[in-house]
Amino acid sequence: MSTAAAPIGRPRRDVRGGLFYLLLLFSVGLALLTLAVLVGDVILDGGSWVTKTLLLDPPSVDPEIAGARPAILATIYLGLLVLLLTVPLGVATALYLEEYADKERWYNRFLEVNIQNLAGVPSIVYGILGLAFIVRGIGLGRVLLAGAIILTLLTLPTVIIASREAIRAVPDSIRQGAYALGATHWQVVRRQVLPAAIPGIATGSILALSRAIGETAPLLMIGALTYVSFDPTILGAFTALPVQIYNWIRQPQDEFKLLAAAAIIVLLVIMLLLNSVAIIIRNRYQKRW
Amino acid sequence: MAVHDSAAPLTLRAPRRRYSEDIVRIVLLMAAFVSVVTTFAIIISLLRPAIEFFTEISPWEFFAGTTWTPLFLEGEFGVVPLLVGTLVITFWACLVAIPCGLGTAIFLSEYANPRVRAVLKPVLEVLAGIPTIVYGYFALTFFTPFLRDIGVQVEIFNVLAAGLVMGVMLIPLVASLSEDAMFAVPNELRDGGYALGATRRQVATRIVVPAATSGIVASFVLAISRGIGETMIVLIAAGQLAQISADPRVSLETMTAFIGATAQGDVPTGSIEYKTIFAVGLALFVITLAMNIVSIRLVRRFREVYE
Repeated sequence: MSTAAAPIGRPRRDVRGGLFYLLLLFSVGLALLTLAVLVGDVILDGGSWVTKTLLLDPPSVDPEIAGARPAILATIYLGLLVLLLTVPLGVATALYLEEYADKERWYNRFLEVNIQNLAGVPSIVYGILGLAFIVRGIGLGRVLLAGAIILTLLTLPTVIIASREAIRAVPDSIRQGAYALGATHWQVVRRQVLPAAIPGIATGSILALSRAIGETAPLLMIGALTYVSFDPTILGAFTALPVQIYNWIRQPQDEFKLLAAAAIIVLLVIMLLLNSVAIIIRNRYQKRW
Repeated sequence: MAVHDSAAPLTLRAPRRRYSEDIVRIVLLMAAFVSVVTTFAIIISLLRPAIEFFTEISPWEFFAGTTWTPLFLEGEFGVVPLLVGTLVITFWACLVAIPCGLGTAIFLSEYANPRVRAVLKPVLEVLAGIPTIVYGYFALTFFTPFLRDIGVQVEIFNVLAAGLVMGVMLIPLVASLSEDAMFAVPNELRDGGYALGATRRQVATRIVVPAATSGIVASFVLAISRGIGETMIVLIAAGQLAQISADPRVSLETMTAFIGATAQGDVPTGSIEYKTIFAVGLALFVITLAMNIVSIRLVRRFREVYE
């Protein structure tokens, strides 16, 4: 092809290029098709099972009257606690790394690499940590707060990385301007950098939260797979929505599988709502410098 | 500071030390320290019971043994079946995730116009955000029956459904990281290719992909690591039959599935079953950590080359 001089004229049809393009379309299509089939399948299976009973009643051995109320409530509590714990810790860490840390120091580099590595630790390993350290080590027991701490540690690296990106996007001219007016380091960070970075931080945190409430394995490890018929408390036994779904999937009766599909719809709707909030914040408040 | 030099009437004196500034710095550093504590807590919580485990079971028996029956009365502790199960399922996942993820990345980076990208990227984010328990449900209740319908004689719990569905789950991860790497390839390289008469396909496959290799490989390594660490899909759809087999139609047990299934029951602290969780967990942690470090290194390399 490259050796023979091509005659000048209309370009040859690029058959290989066309085939290659089809291959690319196929790989994109596979992901899209799976998403569509998955959502369709879950809605077909569970759509008619999303009822007031599912949302408002406790679980039962009879699928007809079984609900997920304690699990839904626990997931909401877990979400709020995770948000409450992760955001201050994550933002503070990101501020330290971006605004205070001297990148040449070995311990600051270690902090960075450490956070990157933590982001890649499998979630079940966080479950092991929870089992050994929080449930048994400090003796908190198999309670909702233990679950919230595990999910917090699991989510923290993601929030830190997102917050760092948001802080890094604030242009240096803003900082220099504030310094020129006599602001101290913390005043610059607190009154200029942080407010400007909040939309990015909020978006990243909400997305991380929506991942956290979908986590099953670490909660399974710390014993969230229990029969809970009462409304959860922070220091009481609990089961979360994904764990409830897992529990129903394991049941031999087909009705419970349909109920699991219904609970999946509830979980996906919660996550969709969170994601929409994140996207709205991103589009409405994010500044372009 | 420069400001003081120009303001002549000011009395010059050393600035007052602002202790509040130091306090802020210390508070922020303490927050950053939480991540370090987490890492050490993970290592300690894995190591202590694992060391106790290895005083009872020799490492040789653990790493070379081919029978895994730790919950039997006279249990055997050969972890090879779990390793094989993990690798076989990850292999099937990568068979889907690597070509399709790379294809999606090339499409996004080299072919798609901005409007298509604006639609496709959020859809991929949704795909990446679906909880793994949902993929598990999908593999068990839809994909396994579907495989049977098209004539693949799979067991109820099988490697094929779990692996392929996991592969789809990993597509967005491979796609977004590979696309980042391709995005970092400077346009001059593409223009040079076009100037020499290359087609779009040739520019994509012979210039952009080779130039972005380290980032693309990093995405593959990360996908493999994610696959090895994935729990819920395999727990639900691949079952818990610890055997050595390359047949994807049967059930296998992975390291994660063993940990997840065993820890569900209230295993008594200090028993050998309890310690087994940590020995397997340690193996899992070391494997995924090594792969993550490799992938972080690779990503840093392409950042250094082009940014």
